[in-house]
Amino acid sequence: MIFLTRRATFSASHYYWNPAWTEEKNREVFGRCANRNGHGHNYTLEVTVAGEPDPVTGFVVDLKWLRDLIEREVLEAWDHRHLNLEAPEFAETMPTTENLAIAAWKRMEPGVAAAAGAQLSRVRIYETPEIFAEYRGQA
Amino acid sequence: MRAYFGRRYMLSASHRLHSKALTEEENRATYGKCNNPHGHGHNYVVEVLVGGAVDAETGMVVNLVALDQAVRTRVLDRFDHMNLNLDPRFSDRVPTTENLCRAVYDLLKNALPAGELEHVRVEETENNFFECYGE
Repeated sequence: MIFLTRRATFSASHYYWNPAWTEEKNREVFGRCANRNGHGHNYTLEVTVAGEPDPVTGFVVDLKWLRDLIEREVLEAWDHRHLNLEAPEFAETMPTTENLAIAAWKRMEPGVAAAAGAQLSRVRIYETPEIFAEYRGQA
Repeated sequence: MRAYFGRRYMLSASHRLHSKALTEEENRATYGKCNNPHGHGHNYVVEVLVGGAVDAETGMVVNLVALDQAVRTRVLDRFDHMNLNLDPRFSDRVPTTENLCRAVYDLLKNALPAGELEHVRVEETENNFFECYGE
């Protein structure tokens, strides 16, 4: 089994706010991330696909195909957007880096599964160079 | 759903690779420049990966401020700007980055505010790093 990773970057804004909580509790838990007009990050997305290299092409999947999948499924929806206001999956769910990793997985998994012989193995998202989250499809 | 949260920290420390079980010559042959008598230093990057369920209220696996606090008090305060050879942890073992990585893992294993420790990675330079999964 070979693991192949493609990296992509996107920029987006967000804020953290739980509407079930008071303003005071939101401030206490989320700090500056609760500022209501939001803030932004340059995110780096790493998508890891696992499979056996094709005997003819030597590819697990075509990297161009994977790049296009990432752009179509994730970047078109999130790049240069406000995640809370414009991405449907974050209308009710907090756009934390953990939830971004899970949502990116859900967006891409059907497309990767449809490509013969490969499976999505890991999605990692860096919010800054020091902070990242990942999802491996676990329940 | 189980997800993972990772955070990278930096610490600077000195060390000398020298084993009491080896002769001077054997130490020299085994560790080369790393055996120079007065030691040398690195800017280590410590990467901590925590796994757990995503909290429905916060959307988080672990509270970042609490994680930073645990790493600061247990690891950074102890090793940053220190000579690793003088730390009690390394009184009977060589402060290689393998052993430093396992030391960091052991110090954090039971100290996390939420979630559980998945792995610790220590990067000694840009070209080498070590990981401990607690096995």
